Amino acid sequence: MIEKERMIHIFKTMNKIRKFEEKALQLFEQNKLRGSVHLCIGQEAIPATVCSLLRDVDYITSTHRGHGDCIAKGAELGRAMAELMGKATGYCKGRGGSMHIADFTKGNLGANAIVGGGLPIAVGGALAAKLKGTDQVAVAFFGDGASNIGTFHESLNLASVWKLPVIFVCVNNLYGISCHVSESTSVVDIGTSRAQGYNMPGYSIDGNDVITINDVMEKAIARAKAGEGPSLVECKTYRWFGHWTGDPQVYRTRQEVEDWKQKCPIKRFKEYLITNNILTNAECVEIEEDAFNQVEAATKFALESPEPDTSKVMEDVFCEN
Amino acid sequence: MSIKTYAQAIRDVIAEEMRKNDKVFIMGEDIAKQGGIFGCTRGLLDEFGSERVRNTPISEAGFVGAGIGAACAGMRPIVELMYMDFTYVSMDQLLNQAAKIRYMFGGKATVPMVIRGQQGIGRGNGGQHSQCVEQFFMHIPGMKVAMPSSPSDAAGLLRTAIRDNNPVMFFEHKALYATKGEVPDDPEFAIPFGKANVLKEGKDVTIIGTHLYASKAMNVAKTLEAEGIDVEVIDPRTLVPMDTETMINSVKKTGRAVVVHEAHRTGGPGAEIASIITEGAFKYLDAPVIRLGAKQCTLPFNLGLENAVVPQEDDIIRAVKAVLYQ
Repeated sequence: MIEKERMIHIFKTMNKIRKFEEKALQLFEQNKLRGSVHLCIGQEAIPATVCSLLRDVDYITSTHRGHGDCIAKGAELGRAMAELMGKATGYCKGRGGSMHIADFTKGNLGANAIVGGGLPIAVGGALAAKLKGTDQVAVAFFGDGASNIGTFHESLNLASVWKLPVIFVCVNNLYGISCHVSESTSVVDIGTSRAQGYNMPGYSIDGNDVITINDVMEKAIARAKAGEGPSLVECKTYRWFGHWTGDPQVYRTRQEVEDWKQKCPIKRFKEYLITNNILTNAECVEIEEDAFNQVEAATKFALESPEPDTSKVMEDVFCEN
Repeated sequence: MSIKTYAQAIRDVIAEEMRKNDKVFIMGEDIAKQGGIFGCTRGLLDEFGSERVRNTPISEAGFVGAGIGAACAGMRPIVELMYMDFTYVSMDQLLNQAAKIRYMFGGKATVPMVIRGQQGIGRGNGGQHSQCVEQFFMHIPGMKVAMPSSPSDAAGLLRTAIRDNNPVMFFEHKALYATKGEVPDDPEFAIPFGKANVLKEGKDVTIIGTHLYASKAMNVAKTLEAEGIDVEVIDPRTLVPMDTETMINSVKKTGRAVVVHEAHRTGGPGAEIASIITEGAFKYLDAPVIRLGAKQCTLPFNLGLENAVVPQEDDIIRAVKAVLYQ
């Protein structure tokens, strides 16, 4: 059950993520971003809904396709965009880039460019919560590809044995770079099938539907806070763009992409909000425009921000005690 | 002062630090009821309970990563690896995660975690349970590396490690666990990182040795004293940070150096130390620095073969005489 305010918050977050990603693509094409940029357009319902249920004290770990997770967990758009540009004002002072945004003050323990790298770390966040006796929870975001790497098995088993307050959110966007899940993964439904092996509840749900994601995550979080242990939530979705911005995408058809664009999570939620008299069309358009303007302001901030001081490149390898 | 074994010294410091700070906890394989296969956590379960003394499944990547996450979330985990050879199955979590988190995320995060366990020869454990692996952790920036060679150093360095706000790789040696020595009773006794221990002063040649080779170097020094050779013996104690100043100053005095360790010679800590000495004391050197380390083959099971792979005291004596052109 989503209260009205949170619905509006989720819709705003989804739009912020969409506009941020569209801008990132544009900047990359203008050679204003270097490195690889992995866009999450088409997947916005998942971070926006999941993180709307978390507080700043709750933890997440994210992935190389993590801009949406970071924004949903409260990242300022300006500092996030500045990090994409490698600027001194970025979340990581230009040392992390697109794939490594972290903000511990908001419970974001970091986006991770190693597939499966974040799962054990989220388990550790949950372990800390258990040891401290708090009601914090941790969410590990990861992709379908990560469900095939060893840390998935180790993390789910460990969290289950220790009954830790962690929710494993598998964002199944059907591809690991070019490899379709049917080529890489032994099961069709990662959530329901694989959870059985770890003695935890498993869900395989429509990852483009805010209401469904919310219902399942509410159950998973309640279970975690009650000390009953972890859950595995597979959200089926689709990335509209390639694995990275230069991906030639020879592995899928235009038709397939077009079909999924018809299932746009933002359009779908907007229709829901209007049909249920939560927002008017004009209010939705206003939110979309506001998101666009926020991203424009963020981009201006990032573009005008200074480059990192190269004389400080050796700072922060270690912290002082 | 109390006489303790190296293993007891480690156990006592863990217990003392857990008593003082409820954020400190320990996890690893068979550390609870079993007390660790080398006894370094014996009795901790009874005193601190199963929340803070946690048996883990055989999931090194999983529980090392959980340590990292817990450290990021404000705890101070001690993670025991039963054999440091098992760092290899958790290498991504160690080197791509723990070592990089602070720097890569812009200097805001801290990862106050100790990863400790034993390594090395001495028990016929074969190729996957007898290696020395500290060199990997010197090479990747972001982790400190401690190498205690005595019960007292084990106590003093471990206390510093547990109180450090950075990830620390704490290398113990299985052949040292039963060795006994005096350990200060002071519950605040700590040895700073990056301060080498000059075990013996001498004027003719410097031997730099870690772990077992600190005492072997002392034996060699004694043997050579009878031949009129005055050896200075240095144990670096920590490889990251490394006390380059003490080593360079020693070689400025003696003009000759032998570096000896059990890790493989190729690309080993000795290669780094020899370069540091060569760069820092070149014009004082009367001979090239000699490095001794394990031969470039897998550690074999058979005792005779195992001893043939790692440097023996005779090898060190030969190396000292070589730098003296004797």
